[in-house]
Amino acid sequence: MSREVIELKDIYKRFYIGTPNELEVLKGISLTVREGEFVAIVGASGSGKSTLMNIIGALDRPTEGEYILDGVDVIAAKDSELSKIRNRKIGFVFQTYNLIARTDAIRNVEMPMLYAGIPMGERVRRAKELLTLVGMEERMRHLPEELSGGQKQRVAIARAMANDPAIILADEPTGALDSVTGRLVMDLFHKLHKEEGKTIVLITHSPELAEETQRIVTIRDGKIIGEREGRG
Amino acid sequence: MMIYENIRLALFSLKANKMRALLTMLGIIIGIAAVIAIMTLGDAITSSVSDSMSSMGVTNIMVSVQQREDEEESASGMNFGEDDDAREMVETDYISSEMVQQFCDVYGDDIQAISAEEAVGKGEIESGTHRSSVSVQGISLGYFQVNHIEILEGGYFSKKEMDEGQMVALVAEEVVDDIFGGDRKAAVGSTIQVALDNKYYNFVVSGVYEKEDNSAMSSYAVFFGGNSATSCYIPIKTAQRLNHSSGYTQFTVMADTDVDPDEFSVRIENYFNNLYRNNQYFEVSAVSMSAMVDVMAEMMNTVTVAIAFIGSIALIVGGIGVMNIMLVSITERTREIGTRKAMGAPNSSIRIQFIIESIVICIVGGIIGIILGCIVGVAAAGYAGVSAAPSVRSIFISLGFSMAIGVFFGYYPANKAAKLNPIDALRYE
Repeated sequence: MSREVIELKDIYKRFYIGTPNELEVLKGISLTVREGEFVAIVGASGSGKSTLMNIIGALDRPTEGEYILDGVDVIAAKDSELSKIRNRKIGFVFQTYNLIARTDAIRNVEMPMLYAGIPMGERVRRAKELLTLVGMEERMRHLPEELSGGQKQRVAIARAMANDPAIILADEPTGALDSVTGRLVMDLFHKLHKEEGKTIVLITHSPELAEETQRIVTIRDGKIIGEREGRG
Repeated sequence: MMIYENIRLALFSLKANKMRALLTMLGIIIGIAAVIAIMTLGDAITSSVSDSMSSMGVTNIMVSVQQREDEEESASGMNFGEDDDAREMVETDYISSEMVQQFCDVYGDDIQAISAEEAVGKGEIESGTHRSSVSVQGISLGYFQVNHIEILEGGYFSKKEMDEGQMVALVAEEVVDDIFGGDRKAAVGSTIQVALDNKYYNFVVSGVYEKEDNSAMSSYAVFFGGNSATSCYIPIKTAQRLNHSSGYTQFTVMADTDVDPDEFSVRIENYFNNLYRNNQYFEVSAVSMSAMVDVMAEMMNTVTVAIAFIGSIALIVGGIGVMNIMLVSITERTREIGTRKAMGAPNSSIRIQFIIESIVICIVGGIIGIILGCIVGVAAAGYAGVSAAPSVRSIFISLGFSMAIGVFFGYYPANKAAKLNPIDALRYE
């Protein structure tokens, strides 16, 4: 059995909108993801999956619970260490791509490596390699505004791979795409999973997309209500 | 590496919003340009004036008869001869030739030369159809020595010509060009006719001198509306005879090099005021050239400081503009900031990114301002007839100042950006 990359234990997240209005969004979530797994987290809006994603992505801290990411205790990390964890261990893919306008595809892919302190020559070499991997070798010098939605998302996926992270955290990656380009993006995730052996956590509200993964985790009202195997 | 990357990013965002960037930089541009222009012009004037004053000799002491000022009058300041006590200077108020002679006898060891002048008036040298306008001036023996004027052809007035007040003249080379077609040898010894107040006087040219283009007078003339007339020098006795006067209103003492001119000027003043103690309207003042240079430099400094102060107000207003635009830019780019943070950018990187962007705006504005200021300053100096070079010092100070403004007014917005919560920033619409 491969080792555990994500270990969440009894995660609670409460928001205080002034006492006594305490809003408990996550109510004791425990989840383990192993290396090389392709997991889908499914839930309707308001189920708490975005909050869970923020915690898995080290953007937010749980109110209670334990979180070990690739052997690092995220709860104990200081703020400055959190940004290092995000930089090295997590590759984000957003629904809205979030590419930096005014800078071309290569520069966008280079960005996480810049914060990792990788020298320029190495950055460019790796960025080209990754853009080739996602099939964007023809458009490396294009600005985001010159790319279609599917192409932007492929650049974003290449960027997520930049520092060879422990997990790729994809938040509704096909949400803004039509079914054909959405299909291409999903195929790309499958390729990264099978050929590169990447650990991928896909957050979606779509049961069909979730079916394609290896394991489907369903949350509702801040609790995991079911876990089953997918077709992937 | 990070800094290079940030400068590149900053230049990108400037390029993306050219108009906005230009408007933002305008305050900085105007402020820096004003300071540079004034400093360039000020330096040029100060150095030109003090150079020419020094070239006339720091050992020179100007002695002149002045309206006596009592305490009240000097306090009220601006009353040039309008008060009841004032009266026109008359013959008895002048420093007489005898007084000067006695003074020379007493202080002879401390004096290299004495130069006195007596203006006769503006006139024209006429020779057939050729004319050359001149201002006729009576001068003493020491005048050329004190004022460092060189004789190109012929010679200075002889002692005899001086003492007898003969009708001889020294003319500028321009006059020779105008009247004698440039032939200096022909000019010396020939007689010229000078029209003064509709009267004609004949003078024998005893020499041709090189026009003093570096004297303080010519610099003053530029500012106070001088004309192209050259001086036609005649013996002072002759001038006094033409003016029907016998004394001096002013003269210049060239102190010996081992005498302190400031201290000597006090002694001169005391000496003459002792003679003037019974004159209730006039007194004698003696000012050394070095003191005048100091006063001049101080005056220019005051003007420079005042302009620099106004320039710095423009810079502060410009800085506030930069701060404002940085805040707008950060709001516009909230998602970019969120993305960068999600990708692992530490707060310090975000802060540095925006501070560098603000510095880049200010420095680009500063460079444009420096170029503009140099052009304006050099052009203005050229118009005023002094040669100017933009001072390297002021350029570096301006660059440093723009950078400081960038840091100062960029810090708050940059810090605000650095402290954004990544989750909120990512969701920002």
